[in-house]
Amino acid sequence: MKSGGVKTEISRGSLNRYRIEVARIGQWLTRLPFIPIICLLPLFVFGIFGPLLYLHDPHAPNLLIAMQSPAWMAGGNWAYPLGTDQVGRDLLTRLIEGARSSLIVAIFGVLFSGLLGIFLGILAGFAGGKTDNFIMRIVDTFMAIPQIFLMLIIAAALRRAGILGLTPIIIAIAISMWVPYARMVRGETLSLKQREFVALARVTGCSSRRIMLKHIFPGVINIIVVMATTQLGGAIMAEAGMSFLGVGVQPPNTAWGLMISESNKYITSGAWWIPTFAGILITITILGSNLLGDWLRDALDPRTRQAMKKIKRN
Amino acid sequence: MNNPDKPLLSVENLKTYFYTNAGIVKAVDGVSFYVRPGEALGLAGESGCGKSITCHSILRLLPKPAGRIVSGKILFEGVDLVTQPESRMRQWRGKEISMILQDPLMALNPVYTIGNQVAESFQLDKVARKSLQQKVIDVLKSVKIPSVEERLNTYPFQFSGGMRQRTCAAIAISRYPKLLIADEPTTSLDVTIQDQFIKLLKEIQQRHHMALILVTHDLGLVAESCDRVAIMYAGRIVETGSVLRVFENPAHPYTRALMQAIPRLGQKNKRLFQIEGEPPNPANLPPGCYFHPRCHQAMEHCKQEYPPEIPIQGDGYAACWRYHKEEA
Repeated sequence: MKSGGVKTEISRGSLNRYRIEVARIGQWLTRLPFIPIICLLPLFVFGIFGPLLYLHDPHAPNLLIAMQSPAWMAGGNWAYPLGTDQVGRDLLTRLIEGARSSLIVAIFGVLFSGLLGIFLGILAGFAGGKTDNFIMRIVDTFMAIPQIFLMLIIAAALRRAGILGLTPIIIAIAISMWVPYARMVRGETLSLKQREFVALARVTGCSSRRIMLKHIFPGVINIIVVMATTQLGGAIMAEAGMSFLGVGVQPPNTAWGLMISESNKYITSGAWWIPTFAGILITITILGSNLLGDWLRDALDPRTRQAMKKIKRN
Repeated sequence: MNNPDKPLLSVENLKTYFYTNAGIVKAVDGVSFYVRPGEALGLAGESGCGKSITCHSILRLLPKPAGRIVSGKILFEGVDLVTQPESRMRQWRGKEISMILQDPLMALNPVYTIGNQVAESFQLDKVARKSLQQKVIDVLKSVKIPSVEERLNTYPFQFSGGMRQRTCAAIAISRYPKLLIADEPTTSLDVTIQDQFIKLLKEIQQRHHMALILVTHDLGLVAESCDRVAIMYAGRIVETGSVLRVFENPAHPYTRALMQAIPRLGQKNKRLFQIEGEPPNPANLPPGCYFHPRCHQAMEHCKQEYPPEIPIQGDGYAACWRYHKEEA
């Protein structure tokens, strides 16, 4: 920037603006919740970049090196950092492969259960009367059935019907996990529909559909975002549970829950690392999703947001 | 104001009841009135006398399922709105009959910008996107929002109460309805802003030749801005007539008592006149004339039968037995 004259002024101006922009992004970054993000990192990094990170072929067994210990223990080596599983596949590669199914199931499971729950919740709360009664009795029915039992039935039935891959798990999660959304959204809708702006929309001539979409829906987004984040952990747990019980992901593909199921007997017979690392990943992922949900709830609420800023400043 | 036009809206013997656990509440119990095009009608009465419910009945916006129109007709340009299915009511709401709600502080949706909310009523009319912005600016200008262009992207919480109420008015008049119902539009504003708002309302009404129903318990407001007035008591209209006649020469004892209760300048030390007793419980109305327990001029007959509507000086009527006698 030695050319001088007007040009320098301009570039200096834009440089300053650039610096301000960087500073602002920096400030925004410091407000992000680091612990939840770190907890969720394995799921997302492994799930998205999976095949790029493979150390070995996740499906090639090698019985000669079955149940090799992790690298830092006697008998381990760094070619297999976390050791190998019961048929000699690299454990880390298996964990990376399993993350993808878990991620897909969690995201689509939460998406579909959320959409179903929001739709039925708004409909019940807004329409009231018979519609409300009908939907809420369905909710009660669903709440009376143990969740894991319901998922088992749905996933097993869909598998029998010949639907393969992750679809049965996603459908099972969507059908059994929409209930809390519906209840929450219905409650919020009941209070929103009493608000004056809904009356104004009616007076202006809006249809019920328009009021639900334009005036009620934005009001429930906040609580939905928070719930969905927390439910992400729930969905991973559900997938793990289903895989563990044999109706989830099918071998030779894998998922974290399935890895525990296949190897739980080794936990006492010496090869503890096979189920343990999968269990640790499930635990920190669920923990991260719960923590992120808590953080989002505070961050999205204007009252606590102010308080948070003040605490940060002091 | 002897407009030969036939009425724009005529309500005939409207009865709106609420079915509650405590019994049937007769919120509106046989109300009849009419509004001619371009005319301002004041609907006045105590709190809870059924003014608001009457207005909500016209637009069929009663709280469901408790509130129900039991009988009567609401003829708007000859069409009976009571018999219209809910799906067709939207043809009138906002377009032909519009309403300014009571609480401007709550009536705007906090998540949308001012521009966005005013645009909504145009969007319902499928106004082209290109001309939308200009229309929004025009209508906000017509309610005297200062520097509209800069304010389109602000949120309701950044507006003062008066500005929010004017925004609500802008939404109400955006499609030039033939009838504007203002349901106590100024109760939550302070007095100076009230005055400004009423002047603005009158100006808009006259400019677009709208009919106006002004619901209020402020008789001063009625005198200032209406052509005719209807006084309600316990779900019925007890007296109606031109503002001039009713204020100069009130016939019904209730109207007279109300007029006496208006504070006047220069009466410093006197206690304000008050109507003794309490308004009747609409779930349990007294027999005969609803006002007789509080009426100084009540006669034996008043306790037995509700009085008919008796014309007063060829200008409106009063529902009171005393005039029945005089004419008989």
